[in-house]
Amino acid sequence: MSPARTEILARLKAASPSSARPPTPALIPKRGQAKGPTRTAMFVEEAVYGLAEVVRLKQWSDVVSHVAQVMADTGTDKLKAAPHPKLQNLDWSGVKIAYGRGQDDDLVGLSVAYGAVAETGTLVMRSGADAPATLNFLPDVHVVVLQVSDIDANYEAVWGRLLKDSDQLPRTVNWITGPSRTADIEQTMLLGAHGPRKLVIVLIDEKA
Amino acid sequence: MSFFSQDNPQCHDFLNGAKKALDDDRLQAQLARSLKDGFQKKRLKGMSRLPEYEDLRDRAKAIKAHTLENLDTYLEQFEAQVIAAGGQVHWARDDAEACKIIIDICQSVNAKTVTKGKSMIAEEIGLNAQLVANGIEPVETDLGEYIIQLRKEPPSHIIAPAFHISKEQVADTFHEHHLKQVQGRDLTEPTTLVHEAREELRQKFLNADVGITGANVLVAETGTGLIVTNEGNGDLTQSLPPVHIAVSSIEKVVPTLDDADTILRLLARTATGQEMSVYTTFFTGAKRDTDLDGPSQFHMVLLDNRRSELLGGPLHDVLSCMRCGACINHCPIYAKVSGHAYGWVYPGPIGSILTPHFVGVDEAHLLPNACTMCGRCEEVCPVRIPLPKLLRTWRGRAFEAGHPGGVQRLGLKFWAWFAKRPALYHTVVRPAVGVLRCMGKARPFDLPAPQGGTFMDRYKKGER
Repeated sequence: MSPARTEILARLKAASPSSARPPTPALIPKRGQAKGPTRTAMFVEEAVYGLAEVVRLKQWSDVVSHVAQVMADTGTDKLKAAPHPKLQNLDWSGVKIAYGRGQDDDLVGLSVAYGAVAETGTLVMRSGADAPATLNFLPDVHVVVLQVSDIDANYEAVWGRLLKDSDQLPRTVNWITGPSRTADIEQTMLLGAHGPRKLVIVLIDEKA
Repeated sequence: MSFFSQDNPQCHDFLNGAKKALDDDRLQAQLARSLKDGFQKKRLKGMSRLPEYEDLRDRAKAIKAHTLENLDTYLEQFEAQVIAAGGQVHWARDDAEACKIIIDICQSVNAKTVTKGKSMIAEEIGLNAQLVANGIEPVETDLGEYIIQLRKEPPSHIIAPAFHISKEQVADTFHEHHLKQVQGRDLTEPTTLVHEAREELRQKFLNADVGITGANVLVAETGTGLIVTNEGNGDLTQSLPPVHIAVSSIEKVVPTLDDADTILRLLARTATGQEMSVYTTFFTGAKRDTDLDGPSQFHMVLLDNRRSELLGGPLHDVLSCMRCGACINHCPIYAKVSGHAYGWVYPGPIGSILTPHFVGVDEAHLLPNACTMCGRCEEVCPVRIPLPKLLRTWRGRAFEAGHPGGVQRLGLKFWAWFAKRPALYHTVVRPAVGVLRCMGKARPFDLPAPQGGTFMDRYKKGER
């Protein structure tokens, strides 16, 4: 035990009375309690308010052609994708796809969201073998596939799911609400500061 | 032009700093535009989109109050969870100790350069100067911090460090420092400036040996820290280098993830009117075996820096602050004098409470005394800190310490004597009102002429 630790904790113990916490159920705003199609609609509305692009597709197999379109619009024939089974199972013939973590020269990156929060149109990404965190920040354009069934109403619900899967959080959980931006020069908002200049959310109705 | 630094506060020079700012027409125009039409309007818009905003403020205040009553318990829980997740926890009593811990970690991996996410705690401990003194190059990655680092200036706002700088000045700075860039580029457009900084910093992100960030909140139940950014800079800082050091002060801890959610529902909305910051990154321990990226070493530095002295005392409530900047954005004094005049790391109302604690009341007594007691800071504070009350506490302490001195002190003493004797007061004031009225009408005096008689006379006549 370092002397600093001992000293600081002793001072805090002496100064804080210590009290039991009364039960405090989370205070979740009304719009964080939406269900069914209203919840999905709210997610889309808030994500667009945060300047993300949202497209809605029926099934996983539709992802390939949409990503190819985004690549064409961006002017690249290379795709860096998270090594996620759901992406690896798709038929990528005709697309130069590489799986792995994000690199400096990635123009288009493709990830699968762990979940999302309808309340503010926020994507929830967690790091892991199939989800490198660097892919969320290095590409110019970030395409994120999200199953409608994985959208929760509020943050608390996503934490509940994450902690049910494991009693420890992953190294990194990234909430993403729109593309990178800055207002550091004269309070003018500009997109594409250090992270992706564009965020494309691909919503999938099919539950795979 | 010289500025304050962490170890060289210039709070005693507040009046000169204020005068300099008031004489700067460019700065005045920019402040007026950026505060009223910027931060203030954005906050109102953000609030209007969430009917439960006021309830969330009460909840956040309660969370902070409870946590501060049990700070030792929650910090111990936090520490245990960080260690369980493969991280290391370091405790620092003061700025020197915190800097030494960080430099030792950097030297243990032979670090040459470190990238930094924006951190007010790093400013408070004067980390950059210490890194440089030890041969380690710190690279600020937040665009605002990067600009002021190139210009060798301290931040003038806690969430918008380059708040005082115009786009023309940024262009000049980039022309001077970005030597590798193609000549003839057009830097009159802010878009070009942002893209150029992005290009310039990308390699620094990738090559850094260590990434240093602050933490907006620490979560005891899971040993998690979190940062919020809009640029993605702090997030790259903590995911690319092999070592991540997070430095945070002890009062940032909350018990649970749900508590962090409450803080986050308020933080960006109050600061910039956003529903949520673009990136909220939660970090728990070190890279796991199966992870494809992330730092293999994670160090959490917990800083006291005499915060424990505030606990349970008259300034206790200031420990609830989440550093959203709303009090600064709504302060009529800050709106005229800008951030540098305050002479140390934290400007505005929150700075006028924190700074005297850190640099001493003899150095900083002018700050709490510059306040007009208008109360807007308390009105907008998301955790309802009674800032005017805390500023008054400092005024009392300053007076006890002999500030102000000389003629001002004599004047105050005379006024107190005079005001405590109502009969004498009215005898003198009644004719004075008449004299003032004549003076106000006569040129060259520029005085507002009193209307009618004294307040008491008019009150007695039933003018209510």
